[in-house]
Amino acid sequence: MAAASPSPSATRRDAAPDDDRPLVQIEEVVLRFGSKTVLDGISFTVDRGDRLVVMGQSGGGKSTLLRLVIGILKPTSGRVLFAGTDIARLSRRQLNAMRARLGMVYQYSALISSLNVRDNLALPLEELTEKSTAEIDELIRARLAAVDMSGSEDKMPSELSGGMRKRIGLARALMLEPELILYDEPSAGLDPVTSSVIDELIIDTSARTKSSAIIVTHEMESAFRIATRMVMLYQGKIIADDTPEKFRNSDNEVVAQFVSGSTQGPIGEAAHERT
Amino acid sequence: MVIGAIGHYVRTFLQTVSSLIWLLIDMVAEMGDHISRGRLPFRRSVFFEQGERAGLGSVPLVCMVSFFLGLTMALLTGYQLRTFGTERLVPGLITIAFWRELGPLMTGIILAARIGAAFTAELGTMTVSEEVEAIEAMGLGPLRFLVAPRLTALVLLMPALVVMSNLAALFGTYMICQISFNISGENFLDLVMDALILKDVVLGMAKSLLFGVIIGLIACYSGLTVKGGAAGVGNATTRSVVLTITTVIGVDTFLNMLQVNVLNN
Repeated sequence: MAAASPSPSATRRDAAPDDDRPLVQIEEVVLRFGSKTVLDGISFTVDRGDRLVVMGQSGGGKSTLLRLVIGILKPTSGRVLFAGTDIARLSRRQLNAMRARLGMVYQYSALISSLNVRDNLALPLEELTEKSTAEIDELIRARLAAVDMSGSEDKMPSELSGGMRKRIGLARALMLEPELILYDEPSAGLDPVTSSVIDELIIDTSARTKSSAIIVTHEMESAFRIATRMVMLYQGKIIADDTPEKFRNSDNEVVAQFVSGSTQGPIGEAAHERT
Repeated sequence: MVIGAIGHYVRTFLQTVSSLIWLLIDMVAEMGDHISRGRLPFRRSVFFEQGERAGLGSVPLVCMVSFFLGLTMALLTGYQLRTFGTERLVPGLITIAFWRELGPLMTGIILAARIGAAFTAELGTMTVSEEVEAIEAMGLGPLRFLVAPRLTALVLLMPALVVMSNLAALFGTYMICQISFNISGENFLDLVMDALILKDVVLGMAKSLLFGVIIGLIACYSGLTVKGGAAGVGNATTRSVVLTITTVIGVDTFLNMLQVNVLNN
């Protein structure tokens, strides 16, 4: 039933190939909290179809970057553009309409704890679309099947394991068929097998829905498995922006140390200096 | 040093007040956006759920506290007035005290402790587990979705709870008047009706609506601004209860001064 009439987002995606602008443009973004500079003049773009992995140390501003893209935080200076539109200039209504074109998967899933899985997934559709209950239920079944969680509609978030919650979080992010999905530490706290399952789900989702993705992680195996492009955030700046292959063989000392996980190198020295 | 401390408190007070006003404005704006799309401002199910919790769930406590308070007040004032042979004034005195003053105040304090704490703890937990941010990231409007049904349920049910509180207090008074002061039921009702004037009823109801807004706003604001995990939720809940009770009493005192000095002149 739902497949019979194309959704607004599907229509937008069909039109996307004609639009050669990057989906996301980060231009000279500076973000300060009081006297602390979290992001210091960073710039990069995310093209349609990209799976961009953002790497960096814990507390280095990676998750903050996602919050800038979704408009929860505003940059101190610089611009964040989504599909050519400066997010900071959008009205509340426009910003909410833009957010419906994005999906966010949180580190701890952020499922609404008082709602069961069905109601969690139905939430954006019931609130933002005119779909009937039957159409919504059909879509929920399809999304749950896509993340291999069929039959879990009546379960409460507290009854799910970490990996299951991540999958439901991903299913929720997919409900409005977003053009861009933001993943905050998707493999954090998961065992290696579940982590690989989530990685494959991200790749599969991106290919199947033709959506772009920004993935924040410091799990190197996951990063290289998922990425079509990688950027490294270090001390508030982008110090590398390249393909995974070039990243793996990078001459940059910081990148090389981060990839190898060595304790010897500039990252440790900088941390020492800070303490 | 003292001036610095005073300056700090004044600044914090003004910041909190302006944040509460902005919270209310943003909530109304989010509701307006949703209504303009031909939708209800918030989910009916959440509204009724909160109404049941704040309203029906509070009835036993509000009635019990008011009953005992009415009973005690009647007993204490009655014995004093009997010295002058004027114990017949007790029903009227309690009627005026509760409909004008104690009904809204007691109900406000009880709801601040019972429902305000629940709102803060619930929204605080949702904030630290990123649920509130997820709602915002989906473009649903967290103030419309989370605050509006809670605030509306509380505000609409406050007057009903105040009426229950007043009736429970009068029932306690009636029992004492029957047992200790030999005032018959019919006589009691006449004395109550003589004392009950429309202005007191209206002022009491208006106060109850205002207290509902104050409790709901402060409790929800405290929950949405929680920082620091479980300990943060605990601290915010304590602070929210203290702040709501203090504000309700403070505003009540101010309104009484206004009523005595301006409206009665």
